[in-house]
Order: sequence, then structure tokens, then C-alpha cells
Amino acid sequence: MKIRKNIAVSDSGFIFNPLTGDSFSVNPIGQSIINSFQERKSDKEILDDILQEYRIDKNTVEKDLNDFIRMLENYKLID
Amino acid sequence: MSKPKYTIAVTGLNAIDSPGPGMAVIRSLKDAQSFDVRIIGLSYETLEPGIYMHEYVDKTYQVPYPSAGQEVLFERFKYINAVEDVDFLFPNFDAELFNYISLEKRLWDELGIKMSLPTQEQFEARHKVNLFDYGKEHGIKVPFAKMIFNTTEIPAIASELGFPLVIKGKFYDALIAHTPDQAMQHFNKISAEWGLPVLVQEFVHGAEVNVCGVGDSKGETIGAVPMRKLFITDKGKAWAGVSLDDKKLLDITRDLVQKTKWNGPFELEFMKTNEDEYYLIEINPRFPAWCYLAVGAGQNQIEALVNLTMGTKVIPFKDYEVGKMFIRYSQDMIVDMKEFEQISTLGEL
Repeated sequence: MKIRKNIAVSDSGFIFNPLTGDSFSVNPIGQSIINSFQERKSDKEILDDILQEYRIDKNTVEKDLNDFIRMLENYKLID
Repeated sequence: MSKPKYTIAVTGLNAIDSPGPGMAVIRSLKDAQSFDVRIIGLSYETLEPGIYMHEYVDKTYQVPYPSAGQEVLFERFKYINAVEDVDFLFPNFDAELFNYISLEKRLWDELGIKMSLPTQEQFEARHKVNLFDYGKEHGIKVPFAKMIFNTTEIPAIASELGFPLVIKGKFYDALIAHTPDQAMQHFNKISAEWGLPVLVQEFVHGAEVNVCGVGDSKGETIGAVPMRKLFITDKGKAWAGVSLDDKKLLDITRDLVQKTKWNGPFELEFMKTNEDEYYLIEINPRFPAWCYLAVGAGQNQIEALVNLTMGTKVIPFKDYEVGKMFIRYSQDMIVDMKEFEQISTLGEL
């Protein structure tokens, strides 16, 4: 996954899509996932990072991560 | 080198919830770096807020409604010009443009007043009722539309296009109809307000994106800034918007200006579908009420248009700031009855 060109993500988790004018806010986990995409990390690497950082089961993370990615796709924030 | 000072007359002082572009144009003129300006407001109604905004408008004159005809308008300008020596005139209402285009040569030849307007042919060709053919001619997608004079014509169009349909007035207003009954109600409301014909247009799903720009009549785009509305009033007017980085939309705009040799200001209204297709839904041959966003984003197109028309060299804008927002607001002005009395009785303030 790759965050689309020109998408601006601020340190506060504010996202602006200059092509559509849409803006969004994400929480710190969302922000760290987006940063990971910008660093070209794979879905698996991101999953592993979250599992390492938080005490949570793999199935829940997988499901939530997929939901989040679908949402990013839906809003045309990733290619 | 000293700057020239121009006297510029501007209509559209109705800074209301569905505002005319006048006050935004005036603000842009006041921001101009290359000339100083004296603003002459031209009003139709005595309660247009701009009349009383003396920090922007130096003097206001009432002008006759477009329906009074060109001779009456010209006579009024002879009077105004004798007092003010107007250099440039900005008509800002669609409904008044026909008269001003017709008077363009006389206003210049006899009174020395310049304007920058589309030609009568350009004005007519882009009219809502002709827009579908205009799009075909210039290779731009336009939703199919048909003009009607009677509600009995609605069922046939509905069976061809399906619902929803967009019902539009010939100058202003657009309402979405989801059922035949709604279509008829909207027809009656719009025809009562704006007259006939009424336009019935295919509905295109998507997000509305608009472009504010200027063409130089030779095919060059002097400036263009795309915007998406972020907050819309119940009348469909933008109350907030943001400048976009949309190369495809700018390419379509430049292509249209090139092909049509557009002269003067314009607002292009598009629907952008989920498949990233652009459908042109309207061309307004004037600056939009949100044109000050273009100034805020780095393109004072209003200043550029005056310079272009007054014969000063203008370099087309190449850039603008993306993500610049405008947010409209309203406030109550306190006005002396004396001022209201003066504009009401003397027709000038």
C-alpha cells in the first residue's frame, strides 16, 4: 500500500487530500499506520509493529487493520 | 513610479446569504498592488449591504433594472460618468450581462468606460439551454438537458433520463427532484421566480468542483483556481471552500479557454464523479462570489483583468496556494436612517 501523492499528513494526525479537498483526523495508531505506509512498510510489518507495541490478539489487529485500509481506499487516500 | 488611479464601477453589492460577487470583486480591487482605486457601487435595491460599506465603496448610484432596457441604462451611465469619470465597469449579475455586452462599444466610444466581457456569441453559446451542444462542440462532457415550457413535458423527459432530475431556472436556482410530483413543484417554483423556459437536466452523482478564472480572448488562461465547496447553504451557495490541486481540472479549463478564445472572467462549475470524470454543469461569464479565495491563494485575477483591459502587460499566473480556505460570515451593520433616506430618495449615497 502507498499513500497517494500530495496527501498531507500533519504531526497532529490531520490529513488533507488536496485533490478532493477532503480532510480527516486520525488517532495516534491511525497516524502511525499512515506513517508506516509512507515508509513503504508492508501490511505484515505494520501488523507486527502493532502486536509488539500493544497487548492485543492478532485476529483483532488483523481485522481492524483491514477495516482501516479499506477506509483509506474508500477515501482515495492510498493507491 | 507612481501607480495609476482608476475609478471602477461595480454591481452586485448584495452581500446577503446568496451573495452577488460585487463585494468580493471590490475587496480584490482594494488589494491590488499595481493601481489605486476609487469604487463606485451600482445598486438595484436600497438594502444592498454594499451601499453602506463605506470602507469599500466610495459612492453608490442606483441603476435601473435590466428589464428597463439599454437606453435607460445608458442614460443613467451618462449621468454617473459625468460626475465620476468611470474608467472600468464590472457587471456581476448574469441577468444584466446581455445589456452590458450590447452597450460595450457605446460605453467605450461615447463615455470612455472599459469592460471585459465575453462576446454576445460566447455569452449565448454557453447559456444553460445551449450548454449540452456547447460541450459537444468543444469536447467536454455535459449532462444532457432539455428546456421545457410546461409541466406536461416532464413525464417524457423523466422516462428518458430517470430520477433524480435537476430542475434549473434560466438564470439562477437549481433544485433536485426525486419524483414526478417534486419535478412539477420545482418547475412551478422556478418558473414563477425566473420565468420560462425551465431546464431539466440529467443528474450526475459526484462532488461539485468549481474554477474561477480569466481568459484573454486569444486563448490564453490568465489565471485559474479550482475550489471545492466545504459547506453549502440551503440555497446551494458555498459558505466555505478550499483551493484544490487538480491538474486534470485545470487542463480541462485551459483547453476550454483555448478552444473558445474566452474573453474576461468566468466560473466553471463541474461535477466530478467517483470515476474521476468531469461533467461541466454551468459556465458563469463573470467572477463568482468566492473569487476572493483566488486572491487569498495568490492570484488576484480581478487586478489582472483590469490591467489586461487597461493595456498594462499581464503575466499569466502559473501557481497558487493549495489548501487555502475561505469561510464566509455575516454581521449586522448599524446604519443611520439618513443614509437609507438618501439612497431611497436621491438614488445615490
